[in-house]
Amino acid sequence: MSNAETIDLEAARAVAVNVCDPELPFLTLGDLGILRSVEVHGTTVIAKVSPTYSGCPALDVIEQSVHDALAQAGFNARVERMMTPPWTTDWITEEGRRKLEANGIAPPGNTQTDKNILFAKTAVCCPQCKSENTIKISEFGSTPCKAQYQCNSCSEPFDYFKCH
Amino acid sequence: MATSANTEDLIRVVVQIADDHLILGHRLSEWCGHAPMLEEDLSMPNMALDLVGQSRALYSYAAQLENKGRSEDDFAYLRKDREYTNCLLVERPNTDFAHTMLKQFYFAAFMHPFWQGVKNGSDETLRGIAGKAEKEIGYHIRHAGEWIVRLGDGTDESAERMADAIDALHPYTSELLEVDDARQSCIAAGVIPEIGPIQAQWNATIHNVFTQAKLNVPEVDFPQQGGRTGHHTEDFGFLLTELQYMQRTYPGAQW
Ligand SMILES: [Zn+2]
Repeated sequence: MSNAETIDLEAARAVAVNVCDPELPFLTLGDLGILRSVEVHGTTVIAKVSPTYSGCPALDVIEQSVHDALAQAGFNARVERMMTPPWTTDWITEEGRRKLEANGIAPPGNTQTDKNILFAKTAVCCPQCKSENTIKISEFGSTPCKAQYQCNSCSEPFDYFKCH
Repeated sequence: MATSANTEDLIRVVVQIADDHLILGHRLSEWCGHAPMLEEDLSMPNMALDLVGQSRALYSYAAQLENKGRSEDDFAYLRKDREYTNCLLVERPNTDFAHTMLKQFYFAAFMHPFWQGVKNGSDETLRGIAGKAEKEIGYHIRHAGEWIVRLGDGTDESAERMADAIDALHPYTSELLEVDDARQSCIAAGVIPEIGPIQAQWNATIHNVFTQAKLNVPEVDFPQQGGRTGHHTEDFGFLLTELQYMQRTYPGAQW
């Protein structure tokens, strides 16, 4: 176990937390809140990552990127998938929410709507002009995490990061 | 807390649920590029992606429990038709948009309370899978439910197509609620929830949406089942041919 003390855990954590999401490259894993822990076991750095969505095609890429970034920084790394507790959009940091909006994506609300209430309206603020006069075009968008909205004030269509 | 479930029973139940998700996900994916409008063309593959993603996690867990060196792909692509234990509902052909949305709705209305129960159950891996799946399937209930209301309470033709879909698919819903020995053992171990409250919630969800859609819940004279024991409908063979084509043609092919 003596090797464990020679591994700079904080340095390893800094590398892992700054890996970028492949679909939202302006967000780090830290911003998204999906990097759950970085630990040292013997001579190995173990990073645990939570999937955002069950069918997220980016998950394998994210895990590989974390592994590669750690390896490139000289660490003997292993990446593990952590299912419990499940990730929620509430774990996206304030910084992450600010970056989403700056990139034209409305950040998720923090209340869960009742799935049995049909045709429910979620108040979503336009990331361009901040108008609340927006309309949902589609519950499903270009990636599993997004819905499509349009602003009635400035007419701009935009993505909404769905509450999850 | 209850004792842990017998491993064989647990594997059987995990594979049943995985098969339901894979096959329904595959059926939905058949719509890709054929939907009535672009937004629907995004929504159906998105829902398919949720289902296939859930099935991957479940097959991986089954493979790990079984510990015979099989992978998730071996389960998904390399079994014979009689070895799949999905319920018959999910393999029924898409037929038209009304059938597709109704099938999705029946299934999601069952899985949502089921996952809520599993999320609070005694199996840690399944708790994690359920925590994600419950939220995802919630969107499916709402999306399909809204379409059922639009179509049922829409034009004469859309209402007629919804009614046809109900006649065709309602007889397949009882299999969703069926409890075999393996499920009974998992219920006793607290891995999956008791069926009574799930059935009550399923009925309530169906009645709520059908009432808004001005549709009737039919009486079923001849409930259809057999999928859980590997007795599938004729359509299933055609589905598997397409699903397994790549692995059968290029054995061992990887992404
Ligand atoms: Zn605007």
